[in-house]
Amino acid sequence: MSTDNLSSIILTLVTLTPLAGALLLMLFPRRDRDIRVFALVISLLTFILSLHLPVYFHRAQTGFQFEIDRQWVSRPNIHYHMGVDGISLWLVVLTTFLTPLCVLISWKSVHDRVKEFFILLLIMETALIGVFTSLDLFLFYFFWEATLIPMALLIGIFGHERKVYAAVKFFMYTMIGSVFMLAAILWLYAHTGSFDFVVIREQIMSGAVPNFAAAGQWLFLGFFLAFAVKVPLFPFHTWLPDAHVEAPTAGSVLLAGVLLKMGTYGLLRFNLGLFPEQSRYNAPWVMTLALIGIIYGALVAMVQPNMKKLIAYSSVSHLGFVVLGIFSFTQAGLNGAMFVMLAHGISTGGLFMLAGIMHERRHTYEISEFGGLASPMPVYAASYLVIVLASAGLPLLNGFIGEFLVLSGAFQARPIFGILAATGVIWSSIYLLWMYQRVFYGKVTHAVNNSLDDLSGFEKWAVWPCAAAALVMGVAPILWLAAIDPAVQTALTPLARIASRVVGQ
Amino acid sequence: MITHPAIAETVMASLVPAYSQTLPQGADYVRILPEIVLSIFGMIVMLLEPLLDEKTGQKILGVIALVGALAGIGATWFMAQAPGLAFWNMVQVDGFSVFFHFLIIAITGVVILSSYEYMAVQRIRAGEYYALALFGAVGMVLMSSAVELVLIFIALEISSIASYVLTGFRRHAATSAEASLKYFLLGSFATAFFLYGVAMMFGATGSTNIDQIGGALQMGRIPLLAFVAVAFMFVGLGFKVAAAPFHIWTPDVYEGAPAPIVGLMSTAPKAAAFAVLLRIVFVINVPGTIWLIWVAAALSMTLGNVGALVQNNVKRLLAYSSIAHAGYVLVAFAAAPVLGSSAAMFYLASYAAMNLGAFAVVSHFANAGERYVTLEDYEGLGRSSPLLAATLTIFLLSLIGIPMTGGFFAKFYVFSAAVKANLIWLTIIGVLNSGVGAYYYLRVIVVMYMRESRKEVPVSRVPAALGLALISCIAATIFLGVFPDRVLQYAQNSARQMVGQSRAETPPTAPISALHNSP
Repeated sequence: MSTDNLSSIILTLVTLTPLAGALLLMLFPRRDRDIRVFALVISLLTFILSLHLPVYFHRAQTGFQFEIDRQWVSRPNIHYHMGVDGISLWLVVLTTFLTPLCVLISWKSVHDRVKEFFILLLIMETALIGVFTSLDLFLFYFFWEATLIPMALLIGIFGHERKVYAAVKFFMYTMIGSVFMLAAILWLYAHTGSFDFVVIREQIMSGAVPNFAAAGQWLFLGFFLAFAVKVPLFPFHTWLPDAHVEAPTAGSVLLAGVLLKMGTYGLLRFNLGLFPEQSRYNAPWVMTLALIGIIYGALVAMVQPNMKKLIAYSSVSHLGFVVLGIFSFTQAGLNGAMFVMLAHGISTGGLFMLAGIMHERRHTYEISEFGGLASPMPVYAASYLVIVLASAGLPLLNGFIGEFLVLSGAFQARPIFGILAATGVIWSSIYLLWMYQRVFYGKVTHAVNNSLDDLSGFEKWAVWPCAAAALVMGVAPILWLAAIDPAVQTALTPLARIASRVVGQ
Repeated sequence: MITHPAIAETVMASLVPAYSQTLPQGADYVRILPEIVLSIFGMIVMLLEPLLDEKTGQKILGVIALVGALAGIGATWFMAQAPGLAFWNMVQVDGFSVFFHFLIIAITGVVILSSYEYMAVQRIRAGEYYALALFGAVGMVLMSSAVELVLIFIALEISSIASYVLTGFRRHAATSAEASLKYFLLGSFATAFFLYGVAMMFGATGSTNIDQIGGALQMGRIPLLAFVAVAFMFVGLGFKVAAAPFHIWTPDVYEGAPAPIVGLMSTAPKAAAFAVLLRIVFVINVPGTIWLIWVAAALSMTLGNVGALVQNNVKRLLAYSSIAHAGYVLVAFAAAPVLGSSAAMFYLASYAAMNLGAFAVVSHFANAGERYVTLEDYEGLGRSSPLLAATLTIFLLSLIGIPMTGGFFAKFYVFSAAVKANLIWLTIIGVLNSGVGAYYYLRVIVVMYMRESRKEVPVSRVPAALGLALISCIAATIFLGVFPDRVLQYAQNSARQMVGQSRAETPPTAPISALHNSP
């Protein structure tokens, strides 16, 4: 009985605990150490609470679980409706897993306005979890927009040299992208009388929405634009390198680890879920953009002299795989897309932490400033190697599983896309390993690098969980896929129905 | 056409009760109780002023004015208990007018609170100032309950004259005098347009009573004159709400006027003028008005936001932003009656909370002689006075329309009403504009938090009265952002009432009503 009660409020608890922590933090005196400890406690508590979800999740069952549905505003009909399925479940856990690590990695590196930093970080966590748990389109948009402010402030206040430019660019790009989604949401509400994702989906599937045939394509594009900017898909990606390079380490980790997944999650949940027919119709050019992203991102990453920019462009490439997998409309492709999302969150989060650790010591991200670091910093080099290999997709580490599934899905759907995307795997090992070689191998090229400290205690605690997770995910992907697979199957059902209808004609 | 027998009948019908019932009843006075109370307190302030010396006068008169505003809110409660028509169908008390009474008097109260400090710092003689604020409020609340065009005109003049004078209150500053004169000249011109429109409407329908005009227009073909009349009235009211293309005066006047008065001017008279416009658009209901509004809304949003992008003076920036916000409100006017007017009402309420708050911070920060009003002065405010900066940030976020603030739901309701009325293009223009608008509000936040201050800007402690004003603005902004339900319900019920009254007289087959009914 007690687990039943807990199940209905657990999502609320997980979502709001960080916010409550942030509000309490506002009352704290400015004693930096206490603030850090408190933020760590709150983020760990959130993580532990969120573990309730995978533990009590019924894997065989389709549909949403841990649901809560209360009316918030009666007219318009807005509900506080939350729930997770196999798709959002892991994204919530990814968020709660990365946040404590962000707190740890910022322990020493943030010394100015510590209180504001951790308040923003915790508010950010609430908004991110909210995005993944909301099942009411209004609530979803609410959290979606709410992620903007803390992130823009994190970049703008705690970032590096061109932080203001990067923060404003980030804000404007995503804001303008998402207003189109708002227009689409409003259209759906006007024609269905509901913001509830499940209700709207049923109405669309049963053809009960007036004018849907004419408006469907526009609605698809409205949602698509908001998500494509966030992912970021090829022509909309230019905000990402700036935001990453200027952001503080924890900001980059959350940005790459979770924020970008809001876009791919949205594509999967809303574009595929609500507009299967339009998704199928638009798939060729979306897949083409994804493919361009994979190859273009990788090529640009290869020539970056700046470590952080390199990782940022590698994100463009990896997220291209996710979009490719989603729009392949195959079981393997979607499973792979989900898995790449999680794996990328862990490995790129780890890479950004490692880059941040280096910045801490040398105040630069230029690859040419390093070289031969393996001898002064052996532990750092070893940790870096694990994460780099995970990101490059070495078998037995998490990157491999996802990319393999995506590629096989893409190959089933359109072989040429599968073949071209497969080159992305080669590119990624080139730019990552080349970077690793330039930074760590050979003799120490700059004398100042000889005296660098190896990983400190806090840094180990921040980086090693990522490496461990990368290994476990690579060895036992079934632990994750068992929940993902049924959810993906449900997501694909309407698409399959449309495909059979097309074939039937 | 004008000698149509049906219209002649309506004219008679409107004249007969006026003569048969010669004396107003007690209930009639209850229905204008807030107006009476505010006038009395205004007069008390004026009479007391010469008896007190300047120092003590400022405090005492301010308190009296505040008590007057509170008494006005109390009187509104009494008024709300006696809904109905008063004074020969000239004044109507319904949910709609109660809503605007409450809103306008509350705004006045907050402005009075936030003026205490300003009076002392700027050395302004308080008596006339508070009295004019109260008299202005009388005009504005009367606008919201008047259903007779001539009475509306008189109310409009009462409120306008008060605001012309208040604009010029920084007597030593040339900009203030310029603002006052400019506002006065252009304002008189605009009210003349309104009056001209009223005259033409009388010519077209033989009545100046809004309900009767609405009834008369729906009985037969609509005379061309009625279209022109509505257009003229729209010009007059468009000026008052600072909607493009009648917005040119706004930046100069807002820059010159005393900051707390700008807070007042950008919220209360706007709310009153929008209330009148709501009645004209949805009760008189001349087809084709929607296009006037469509164009004005799109222009206001675009010109306002684009203009604000390049401003360096915070008061001017907020002036352009207020033009843009007038545009968002107008979007609601193009929508279906009930949804549209309730969205507009909600918007006005939340806009009042956030804009008043923003101007209260600006006026506190401006210091003696309004020296610190440029963006450079705000540099590093996040560090030097974090609380004040955080307060301003909340208001700016609400103006952007970020979740958890009233501004978010306000925009949301407006656009959702527009989508429901199939105004897809106007909605797209609107949402794009709100994206552009985010930039300049964000600039202020960026300057406060992300730049280090380059010059010494003294920030004095926030006095208790201003603190109270700010707290009430924050509370209202957050309340509307988290629990919008009750206010929206109220707005919807009263909108239904207001629109329903005219609908009741509409023959079900009338083509005009079909145009505006929601699908």
